[in-house]
Amino acid sequence: MSAEHDHHSEAHGHHEQSFVQKYVFSVDHKVIGIQYTISALFFLLFGFCLMMMMRWQLAYPGEALPLIGTWFSEANMPGGVMVPEFYNQLGAMHGTIMVFMGVVPLAVGGFGNYVLPLQIGAPDMAFPKLNMASFWVFLPGGVIMLASFFVEGGAAQSGWTSYAPLANIAPAGQTWWLVGMIFLITSSLLGSINFIVTTVQLRAEGLSYFRLPFFVWAQFVTSFLLLLAFPPLEAAGILQLMDRVAGTSFFLPAGLVITGQPLEVAGGGSPLLWQHLFWFLAHPEVYVLILPAMGIVSEIVANNTRRPLWGYRTLVYSVIFLGFMSFIVWAHHMFMTGMGTAMSTFFQATTMIISIPSVIILTALALSFHGGSIRFNTPMLFALTFIPMFAIGGLTGLPLGLTAADLHLHDTYYVIGHFHYVVAPGTVFALLAGIYYWFPKVTGRKMSEGLGKIHFWLSLIGMNVVFMPMFSIGMAGVSRRLYDQTQYAYGAQVQELTIIGSYGAWLLGVAQIFFIINLIKSIRGGEKVESDNPWQATTLEWATPTPPPHGNFTEVPKVYRDPYEYSVPGAKSDFTPQFSEEG
Amino acid sequence: MDEIPYDVKPHPVTGVYNAKLGIWLFLASEVMLFGALFSSYVLLRVGADTWPHGYDLLNVQLATLNTAVLIGSSVTVVMAWASLKLNDLSKAKVWLWLTVVLAGVFLVVKAFEYGAKFEHHISPATDNFYATYFTITGLHGLHVIGGIIAFLVLLIRGDKMWQDDSEHFTNRVECCGLYWHFVDLVWIFLFPTLYLL
Amino acid sequence: MAESAEEIRHHIAVYKKVGLALAALTVVTVAASYLHIDSVAMTVTIALFIASIKGALVACYFMHLIDERAIIYWVLIITAVFFLVLMFVPLLSEADSVGI
Repeated sequence: MSAEHDHHSEAHGHHEQSFVQKYVFSVDHKVIGIQYTISALFFLLFGFCLMMMMRWQLAYPGEALPLIGTWFSEANMPGGVMVPEFYNQLGAMHGTIMVFMGVVPLAVGGFGNYVLPLQIGAPDMAFPKLNMASFWVFLPGGVIMLASFFVEGGAAQSGWTSYAPLANIAPAGQTWWLVGMIFLITSSLLGSINFIVTTVQLRAEGLSYFRLPFFVWAQFVTSFLLLLAFPPLEAAGILQLMDRVAGTSFFLPAGLVITGQPLEVAGGGSPLLWQHLFWFLAHPEVYVLILPAMGIVSEIVANNTRRPLWGYRTLVYSVIFLGFMSFIVWAHHMFMTGMGTAMSTFFQATTMIISIPSVIILTALALSFHGGSIRFNTPMLFALTFIPMFAIGGLTGLPLGLTAADLHLHDTYYVIGHFHYVVAPGTVFALLAGIYYWFPKVTGRKMSEGLGKIHFWLSLIGMNVVFMPMFSIGMAGVSRRLYDQTQYAYGAQVQELTIIGSYGAWLLGVAQIFFIINLIKSIRGGEKVESDNPWQATTLEWATPTPPPHGNFTEVPKVYRDPYEYSVPGAKSDFTPQFSEEG
Repeated sequence: MDEIPYDVKPHPVTGVYNAKLGIWLFLASEVMLFGALFSSYVLLRVGADTWPHGYDLLNVQLATLNTAVLIGSSVTVVMAWASLKLNDLSKAKVWLWLTVVLAGVFLVVKAFEYGAKFEHHISPATDNFYATYFTITGLHGLHVIGGIIAFLVLLIRGDKMWQDDSEHFTNRVECCGLYWHFVDLVWIFLFPTLYLL
Repeated sequence: MAESAEEIRHHIAVYKKVGLALAALTVVTVAASYLHIDSVAMTVTIALFIASIKGALVACYFMHLIDERAIIYWVLIITAVFFLVLMFVPLLSEADSVGI
């Protein structure tokens, strides 16, 4: 590797690299971050489109999908009307794509890769080649997932959770799903090792752990979750793959009868085992989705209130505790499996405990507004909205964590409403905020404020119109898996709410058009930033040239102070960067 | 600023170089991977009505031989690292070749064990005992193959790597060695769990 | 780690001893299994106890954990905690099942 570094020409480091080395198989963390961001945004859009089709079916069951309905095969949509099997595919793949190919790669692969080394003053990640490998394992995983729509019987259709034994006997798409997951998991593992080593080993001089920007802390804890929670799902994936390919029965109990035919397997397996292994990952995964979002929001809130974050150390301890607790709450997804009262009681208690650090973090962020002179720019609007939206998502989760209330609410639209409030207007808003916030560092241009504000207000209204009615629909008893709720009297009476929700989805779709236009327009024609630090921020990524060259910093950065020294009494300006020697 | 710091030299505070922390983190994830498989094994066995004794169905002699072989290979790989520390590349290469040979022996013995089962039409689909046996030992076998590949790369490119930066090469052998000891460690637990209980 | 040649030679002597100890313990494990002790709990305990000693020897001496840096210990302590959770908490559902 050192040989490659010898012939760099000047401080900004223009290497003699071919196009492929520079933009395709790049080892530069910034290029990899952008690659992750673009692919993740594409997957998010794709998953969003799947959801739009589902919303049509839910609002107008049995009616032909307008405009594009005839594009699909006769097997999936005869005459443009969706068949239940295809609806199930859309549901399973929407969840999988959004979580494993959209939000996590964007939050960790995109933002983590681009911002984390800059914020700690490192020239790159600790293992640049491993970083490249991580992306090039991720992308085939994503392609395998998308390709599974075209295999016989279609894509995976047993929900994003792939519960056994249903998933064991599903068509071939499920095997593709498992193989795709193994790729995605491997990619995450490579990434998380890299993040942890980088944070531990490559911090700039003077940047002690308690001077780290909160975003770095969030990524650091997230990486541990990925590192230790993903392998059990990989194991589960291998076992289910064996069940499907080699005829084992890890998850198949004896005596299963499928459509009148007894299943020819040895039996003796445990469907509950799949759920244990799956949720051992998938609950920490929830925090993988939320922690980087909290990190991004904290950066933007501190910057735009021009105040230090309230209770920085409390925030750090909370995020560590959150990460730890997230490993021992998984079975609250399994209250209805008959796993036993001792188990349920234990997990009910831990679930109530884990809400405490989340509330502390939100409260600390809210208190940070006190005495600030708030700038309401687009990133701030998104970041600000994250707080109440995540609060709604979090608080509606409490009844689900109580065994008695969960009896009624389990697997209804209430659950869908709850976790979408956490992830969609919560995490996704934070990620959008991050894109608006760091866009000037990446491109040297600002995104349009006007388009940004239209995007924000339409998204905010759209999100709430989709998800708020779901709480009522769920309490009315409508199952999250239903293809046509009007078949049941209790479902038919809340059908109007479902239709309203679908209108919210169309509005949300329209809002994203403004975002896409803004993104494309601003890359070439956005307002140029005059300084390297356009937001007048304090953290290290703003000490680099814009955009940062290969190797990031023109001189070795040194850190003199805490991360958020805004409005320090007696200081020359209202912000004192970490890299500034004199206050 | 271009060079990645602490790529070869240890960090003054943590006392380790990047790859060493990296390989330990990787092993931590491997602990969770095999941990999940062991956990599955325990849950399935506890939940089963009947579960055969490993020594009634599997070849304990061959597995004992394999245990000895793997332990031997752990000794050879750590000897290779010690030789490099004593600046003796040619001796280290002999030890590394011995490691590869022992790993190969392990796989051949394993292949005989598998072959004997397949001859009697016993496969993973037979029952959950064989399902766990084939899955876990199979995954372990893949790890052995991965180790062989890593050692072969070190052997083939060893002379050049040693000339370029001997400390870097020693570190690489140390990291591959750590991985190899872990593979040995997994087998030390697999052997009694599958064969003797 | 910059050990002197003297220390490395000392290491080598230790490696040989540990290798022999591991071989001896393997024989003990197999021998113990031929006893066919009636109590299942006893058999499991003996087998896992010997395996743990062997594992500890490999980890401490071959992997140099006996003399490692704090950061590595921290990583392994965190891992060990979650490993134990993963191993034993799912078993609770077997101990107290409503019946599946």
